[in-house]
Amino acid sequence: MTLAHRIIPCLDTDGARVVKGVNFEGLRDAGDPVALAARYNAEGADELVVLDIAASRDRRPTFLQTIRRVAAELAIPLTAGGGIRSLDDARAVILAGADKVTVNTAAVARPDLISELSREFGAQAVVLAIDAKRGNDHWDVMVRGGRDSANRDALTWAKQGVELGAGEILLTSVDRDGTQLGFDTPLTAAISRAVSVPVIASGGAKLPEHFAQIFSEGAADAALAASIFHDNVQSIRELKRFLATQNIEVRLPC
Amino acid sequence: MKITLLDYGAGNVTSVERALLRLGAEPQHSNSPEHLANADAIILPGVGHYSTFVRALDDQKLRAPLVDALHRGVPFLGICLGLQALFKSSEEAADLQGLNLLPGRVCALPSNVKLPHMGWNQLSVQRDSRLLAGIEPSSYFYFAHSFAVTDSGFVACASCTYGAEFAAVIEHKNIHAVQFHPEKSGEAGARVLSNFLRLAA
Repeated sequence: MTLAHRIIPCLDTDGARVVKGVNFEGLRDAGDPVALAARYNAEGADELVVLDIAASRDRRPTFLQTIRRVAAELAIPLTAGGGIRSLDDARAVILAGADKVTVNTAAVARPDLISELSREFGAQAVVLAIDAKRGNDHWDVMVRGGRDSANRDALTWAKQGVELGAGEILLTSVDRDGTQLGFDTPLTAAISRAVSVPVIASGGAKLPEHFAQIFSEGAADAALAASIFHDNVQSIRELKRFLATQNIEVRLPC
Repeated sequence: MKITLLDYGAGNVTSVERALLRLGAEPQHSNSPEHLANADAIILPGVGHYSTFVRALDDQKLRAPLVDALHRGVPFLGICLGLQALFKSSEEAADLQGLNLLPGRVCALPSNVKLPHMGWNQLSVQRDSRLLAGIEPSSYFYFAHSFAVTDSGFVACASCTYGAEFAAVIEHKNIHAVQFHPEKSGEAGARVLSNFLRLAA
C-alpha cells in the first residue's frame, strides 16, 4: 500500500481550444479540450491540468466555460490556472469545477496571494507553478510564460511558497520544455527533496524511460506532459504498464 | 428519495453533484435546516480548512438539524472533512467543536511524509463494508488531506496508511464516511457512491 505516482496530462489552451507552441510562438490548434479530457479520463490519467496560456481578461468567461465543460467529463481531479491574480479569480475557477488552482507570475509579484488562497480553499487546492531555468550555480525563476527572469532562486522560492501555504509545486524546466529530451532530473530532485509537499515534474518528456527516471532519480511525486499524449506519441495506459514493470507504483487503469 | 447534498458554501459540492447525476440520482443542493429535517439521505462533502467548515455549519444553523437527522437514523455519507466533522475535534482547529458523534480524534498526519497526502492510494479492508461492496480490494482512491482519524479502530471498515494508519472508510449504523474523494476516484469511487445510494434507498 503506497501512494501511487501520478501521470498528469496537461491541456494548454487559448481559453477555448487546446494549442501547441513554444512561448506563444507558432501556436497551432491541437484539439477540443472536452474530447481530450474524456479520452484521458478513460485512459487512466490520474489528474488533469487545464491552463489558459493567453490569460487575457476578456477571454476569461470563455476559459471558465471550458473548465465547466471539461469538469463535466471527469471522475478524476482537475487543476486549472493561467492568469489567476486574486482570490476572486481563483474562486471563479473553483466554482467552475476545478479542485485546485495554479498560480505563477502573480504569486512571484505578490507572494501573499498564496497565503490568501490557502486560507480560503485549503493548501490542497493551491498549486505553485514554478518555471525554472538553469543559471550558473542555481536555477532562476522565470515568469510571463518562461520569457523573463524574476531574478529569484527557484529553490528558495519553492521553500517560501510552501511556507506561505502552497500544497503542491508544479515544476517546469524551461530548458527542457518542448525538447522531448527527458525531464530535468537534477532540478526536480533538488526541489522535491527540499520541500515538504508533492512536486509535479514538467517539461521534456517523451519516452516511458523519462517518466521512470523522474520518479526514481528525480524524486517526483507526479509527472506532467502535454503533446506526447495529445499526439498519441505515448499512451497513458501503456506508459503505466511500463512503469509497473519497473516497480514504480502506479494506479493501473482497468 | 430526497437526497440532500449539504451545500454550506465552502466546499466544491458541484463535483459530488455531477458524480451523483451520472449515477441517475437527483440530489438537492441545500443549506436549509428544513431540508435536513425532511431528507431521506444526507451527503456532506467537504474540502478546505476544518475551521471554515465547522464555522459554516454553525453560522448557517445546520449543526442541530444535522445531528438530529443522524440520531433519527437518516442514512448519511460524509466525504473528507465530512468524515472528520463526525468526531469531537480536530488538531487543525483545536478550539472548535466537531459534531462529536463518533469516538476518535482527528490528528495531523506525521511530518516524515510529504503533506498533503495527495493522490491515489489503496485501502486495507478490516471488515465487511457496505460502501466497498463489489469493489476490488486493490482499487485506488483519490485522497487530498493533511489531517486524519488515527484512532477510530472500532468504527473503521478500512484504513489507509500514509505516515500513519488512519480511518479511510467508516460505517456505524446509519453513519457512513470516507476520507478519500469518491467523486474524484474514477470507477471505484462511483461504485462507493452507488453503494451508498442503494443502501439509502
